Amino acid sequence: MNRLRVLAAMSGGVDSAVAAARAAEAGHDVTGVHLALSANPASYRSGARGCCTLEDARDARRAADVIGIPFYVWDMAERFREDVVRDFVEEYARGNTPNPCLRCNEKIKFAAVLDRAVALGFDVVCTGHHARLAPAWRQGGAPRLARSVDAAKDQSYVLAVLTSEQLGRAMFPLGGCTKDEVRREAAARVLAVADKPDSHDVCFIADGDTRKFLRGQLGEAPGQIVDEAGAVLGGHDGAYGFTVGQRRGLRIGYPAPDGRPRYVLDISPASGTVMVGPAESLDVREIEARRPVWTGCPPPAGPVGCLVQLRAHGTAYPAIAWPDGAGLRIALGTPARGIARGQAAVLYDGDTVLGSATITGTDRTARAAIAAMDNA
Amino acid sequence: MVYPENASDRRSAGDSVVYLDHAATTPMLPEAISAMTEELARLGNPSSLHNQGRRARRVVEESREQIAEAYGARPSEVVFTSGGTEADNLAVKGLFWARRDASREFRRVLATSVEHHAVLDSVGWLADHEGADACWLPVDAAGALSPEVLREFIDRDPGGVALISVMWANNEVGTVQPIAELAAVARDYQIPFHSDAVQAAGQLPVSLAGSGATALTITGHKIGGPVGAGALLLRRGADLMPVLHGGGQERDVRSGTLDAPAIRAFATAVEISRMRADDEAKRVAALRDDLIARVLAQVPDALLNGSPPGPGRLPGNAHFSFPGCEGDALLMLLDARGISCSTGSACTAGVAQPSHVLLAMGADEARARGSLRFSLGHTSAQHDVDALAAVIGEVVERARRATAR
Repeated sequence: MNRLRVLAAMSGGVDSAVAAARAAEAGHDVTGVHLALSANPASYRSGARGCCTLEDARDARRAADVIGIPFYVWDMAERFREDVVRDFVEEYARGNTPNPCLRCNEKIKFAAVLDRAVALGFDVVCTGHHARLAPAWRQGGAPRLARSVDAAKDQSYVLAVLTSEQLGRAMFPLGGCTKDEVRREAAARVLAVADKPDSHDVCFIADGDTRKFLRGQLGEAPGQIVDEAGAVLGGHDGAYGFTVGQRRGLRIGYPAPDGRPRYVLDISPASGTVMVGPAESLDVREIEARRPVWTGCPPPAGPVGCLVQLRAHGTAYPAIAWPDGAGLRIALGTPARGIARGQAAVLYDGDTVLGSATITGTDRTARAAIAAMDNA
Repeated sequence: MVYPENASDRRSAGDSVVYLDHAATTPMLPEAISAMTEELARLGNPSSLHNQGRRARRVVEESREQIAEAYGARPSEVVFTSGGTEADNLAVKGLFWARRDASREFRRVLATSVEHHAVLDSVGWLADHEGADACWLPVDAAGALSPEVLREFIDRDPGGVALISVMWANNEVGTVQPIAELAAVARDYQIPFHSDAVQAAGQLPVSLAGSGATALTITGHKIGGPVGAGALLLRRGADLMPVLHGGGQERDVRSGTLDAPAIRAFATAVEISRMRADDEAKRVAALRDDLIARVLAQVPDALLNGSPPGPGRLPGNAHFSFPGCEGDALLMLLDARGISCSTGSACTAGVAQPSHVLLAMGADEARARGSLRFSLGHTSAQHDVDALAAVIGEVVERARRATAR
């Protein structure tokens, strides 16, 4: 077997602990590293949200002790603040809906951390992500990313931004088993994190209140809530508090004329106008995306039939994708709802990731623009 | 099926071959281990009046006499504590409170900006909660405080100084302060003078009477004794308020059942280390000088921090900044090669902070972050230095590549 020098990123959760244990047991030379991502790690948070509290650092250290590998803490707070938190805030300010986990994989774990690891003599970075990674030699040159066998826990979506080069330096030991199996294995290995609750929400927003966090970062930016005809229905104190497809928290004082629920259809960052309308107006049939990354196939010259997933844990829609200049256009076989700019469109062939791109617009956006022009 | 036992077969981070971190803690002397082991098997609270109590008390008092003798103090001037941190807290807070009780005028606490956190944070706490006026004494580029600077700072308000605290030798860069001269300045103004002598006590002649200090902090585990036993050497007649209240076991300024096994082992280590001190200091200093020369030969642009080797520097200390490197990357690479050392500075959740000592000495943040301490002690030998010299060049080069990205 090829003995690799493995840097195991250990968040303090059960997945990364079992991943590190498996890498060590496979005979690799494994070193555990906890990434300190918060500038103020003294902030304890209740429950299991987040991945950079003092308690998490301690849990990671204890797991490394039990596995029997060296352990260090790397201070990545500055890079995280620049590349993930600031990007998150700026994306919302632009009316987009970013995915910070995806950004963290792209810019921190498999960029800043990977680069430092390689420079220090490591071969790969190992994480506890639920995704399968077929090594390059088995695929004739390029590593292939695929969904976890545990569909409910699959994280291939937030890894699909990685390039072939990044995937070539990654190791995901958990993709072939379910979360339940991971927990049982952790218990069998006497890892104290075996029954630690899953982390969820955005790790750098302590109380889980994204709208409040953004208000603190961006200040109040009042704007109007309008319907598709342009009629003003109400106001808000910051367009960044809204996401396309959102139904709750609109605080429009009176019901729609037809009594049906209304959803956020579009956000105009320049004017701060939030457009709302009925569910069917959310329908999207065509998507524009930029910065495509291809790992599961060569960059296609023409249309490719595929499945496309448009948000984390979302449905995979049958689609046809084709290159459009430097970007990508995707036509959906059945309409999708609540498609937000800033999210990733990830293309699959069955379970295998073909590539991904960042959503920049939809035909819904285009219809809205036309409607706005008609109204004006 | 996976058995956890498998894990223990694997290499553990603790199996270091080359230990260059004696300033963090140094191996216990075999004599101290056997003294402690023997005592652990015996029954008796030193405060009890019966047979077993008297026996344990005798062990404590004999130990007190040995320690007093070694450090130029009277037995009654030895106040046992749980270690250096407690002794520093007791000295700084205890002296401050006693002085404030004597007069509300005494509000200023003078301490150098390179103190250990046990002093630094005690002074900071007094400023935050007890109305003290923290006054940080500047040091020169080597980390030393001059008696003139001390005098100048006292003269700003001579009637308002509650106490002065200046460490005997710095734990990071090994700089030795002119303690007798500084204490003499304090005495001119009749200001209580405390010195944290934790690092100095094992390596230099440390004396309460000889230094003229009011109080000295010492601890067992830096000189071959156990962790958990230390002392504040406190001049007779010095007024000090307790921090720990209770049974009043130690002169009514420190409460808590005396730990006879640890105290006996502490005294054993003190006695042996004093006996060997002169030869050991010469031997360790020669090794250290070789270490410095060979590191500089391998890494010509490395910078030695602190005073040049000689009386101004602890014999076992070598502290460098490696330009273009992160200290924690160097530490990890050396650890992977079986060499244990330290960045020397405090950690928050394991995250290395730039050293307040180096910053106070005028270093910029990059220099402070790229620093590493190698500290030698009684088990150090030539092969330790050879092992470091064999890898330091390659390790620094690799760490530089990691920073350049």
